Amino acid sequence: MVTSSSLVYLIGLPLFGAVFLLLMGRKADKWGHLFATAMSAGSFVLGLLHFFAMTNRSEEERPITQTLFTWIEAGDFKVDAALLLDQLSICFVLLISGVGTLIHIYSISYMSHDENRRRFFAYLNLFVASMLLLVLGNSYLNLYVGWEGVGLASYLLIGFWNQKPAYATASKKAFVMNRVGDMGLTIAIMIAFATMGTVSFDGVKEAVDRVGTPTLTAMGIMLLVAAAGKSAQFPLQAWLGDAMAGPTPVSALIHAATMVTAGVYLIVRSNFVFDAAPTAQLLVVIVGAITLIFGAIIGMAKDDIKKALAASTMSQIGYMIVAAGLGPAGYAFAIMHLLTHGFFKAGMFLGAGSVMHGMNDEVNMRKYGGLRKMMPITFATFGLGYLAIIGVPPFAGFYSKDEIIATAFNSGGAQGIILGSVTLLGAVITAFYMTRVMVLTFSGKPRWDDGVHPHESPALMWLPMALLAIGSVTAGYLFTQGEALVHWLSPLFAKKGEYDELMPHSVVTVLAITAVIIGVTAALMKYQFKSVDSVVPTDVSLATRLARNDLGQDVVNEALFMRPGQALTEGIVAIDERVVDGAVRGIGAMTVGSGATLRRTQSGYVRSYAALILLGALVLLAGIWVVTQ
Amino acid sequence: MDPYNYLYLAALLFTIGAVGVVLRRNAIVVFMCIELMLNAGNLTLVTFSRMNGNLNGQVIAFFTMVVAACEVVVGLAIIVAIYRSRRSASIDDASLLKR
Repeated sequence: MVTSSSLVYLIGLPLFGAVFLLLMGRKADKWGHLFATAMSAGSFVLGLLHFFAMTNRSEEERPITQTLFTWIEAGDFKVDAALLLDQLSICFVLLISGVGTLIHIYSISYMSHDENRRRFFAYLNLFVASMLLLVLGNSYLNLYVGWEGVGLASYLLIGFWNQKPAYATASKKAFVMNRVGDMGLTIAIMIAFATMGTVSFDGVKEAVDRVGTPTLTAMGIMLLVAAAGKSAQFPLQAWLGDAMAGPTPVSALIHAATMVTAGVYLIVRSNFVFDAAPTAQLLVVIVGAITLIFGAIIGMAKDDIKKALAASTMSQIGYMIVAAGLGPAGYAFAIMHLLTHGFFKAGMFLGAGSVMHGMNDEVNMRKYGGLRKMMPITFATFGLGYLAIIGVPPFAGFYSKDEIIATAFNSGGAQGIILGSVTLLGAVITAFYMTRVMVLTFSGKPRWDDGVHPHESPALMWLPMALLAIGSVTAGYLFTQGEALVHWLSPLFAKKGEYDELMPHSVVTVLAITAVIIGVTAALMKYQFKSVDSVVPTDVSLATRLARNDLGQDVVNEALFMRPGQALTEGIVAIDERVVDGAVRGIGAMTVGSGATLRRTQSGYVRSYAALILLGALVLLAGIWVVTQ
Repeated sequence: MDPYNYLYLAALLFTIGAVGVVLRRNAIVVFMCIELMLNAGNLTLVTFSRMNGNLNGQVIAFFTMVVAACEVVVGLAIIVAIYRSRRSASIDDASLLKR
């Protein structure tokens, strides 16, 4: 394995930026944002250098490591704080630092009126550093540090405007739900430690043959729980919609392009565990499929542009999870969709931010309309992202989604047919809700509030959008050209089993494009050729109402967990107050009470004492008399 | 003379003293009753000494007298002090300890 001494700077630069800017305080307000952007860009340049160096090496020599120090050493058990950069991590490094840098640049302008801009950038740098540590750690324990770091950064950034109580609550909600997933990761690490005696990726990979399937299934399920928490997958998906409380660049970077895909990374990184645990793998697919449809349905009903995009993110990550659950055939496509999604979804979120910027922070799409002429660049970049996400050839999403649908069909049997249909249905709904967003925002008659004067955003904002749009257009083609990405990643995964090509690729492509056409047409019929109310219609079907309320996810969570949890807490408090405190106070009261009673015998009259003494003496005498008699 | 008569007398004296201590309120009278009980004890000791034919009881009776003398000094001083501060020699007035 090739070693390197410069890997640590990938993380070190943004980490230094975060610490430095937080410690400098207000003194750094003038140039803090530039400094943070430079740190992130430095990380990106370093990543690029590593990438080119990696492409020049032969396949076996591509992964490089760097051991920083021995972290834990106890008997046979040893964990190094060590970094591993291989074909998989480098994809993430480039995505995180690249998209991260673009979003830093965007934020310079977007946050320019915020007096806490420096703190915002420090948090962004903290996020980039944590996320890089997450993908560069060479063991589950190192990954865990980054995993918690991004959770912290996400919490800080969702609640960045925590002067609004609703936003502070949203950040708390995200943090708490993430903790549930984190417990899964903790338990998975414990399982690895207890049964395999190692927590490094290499060690676990070797130990997979030694331990039984039940162990691996348990570990796989716990990893899935972790992935579900971080990636907003069913049943831990409820936090993502509320996470949109954060500033829009945060939504683009953390809650669309990078952090929420950490779950996909975890599953793909643990491919050796899932390959050996079919039950866990099946659960991964099921979770992905449910979330895919779940998110898409919510996306159809949301009027808040950011929440619609968030629901879409959830659904698209569902696609990735499905692909990751399909085993060696799907891992590379999961990563491919992750990367293309990183481009087009980040681009669209920035577009949404740009629209909000021009519309006095209005997020309700029913108050938009006809913005195409006012914001031509935003329209163009958003439009390219739109074409990419719904899967119009030759844009990026077409390639990656197409491959996932084909792999789903080819997984064979009833599973293949069900999964294929679900992914196709997802494609129809995706086309519908994205067209809806597009039409409501940019087309039709203006439905603006009075006093709103939409205008195009400054170059600092549209330039990153344009670059991401270029990625949305070209990425898919580049990745699939000669199966470039599949070949690039193949050394990391088990050899793909022989899949019968049950469904010819051309048929899948035709089906996928048909799905897109159906979805787009339906949305156009409903929104383009009919007038749209700026007030939310209330006479809607039950299904729509359900979707507007996130399919009751909060109701379920509140009924199943929050209220029982509160009841439990209240019960424990009551026990503490009544039983524990009761015992303590009871003892005190008993002493006081008995004292008060006994006190009555102490009259203070000498003669009563004397009488008592006399009585005692008589009793004694009587006793003696009885005994000696 | 039958020495038991002395013991009966002593028991009578002691009973009078004890009843006086319990029933009377005037500190001086209570004090005198205590003296009465002490002397009843002395009489018993001396009687026993006579009955047993040794001097042990008489010696202890001397001790009792010495202690009683000391006690009278201290006790009277206390009673006088209380009388001065409270203008009363009733022992029921000096029941502050219960509070």
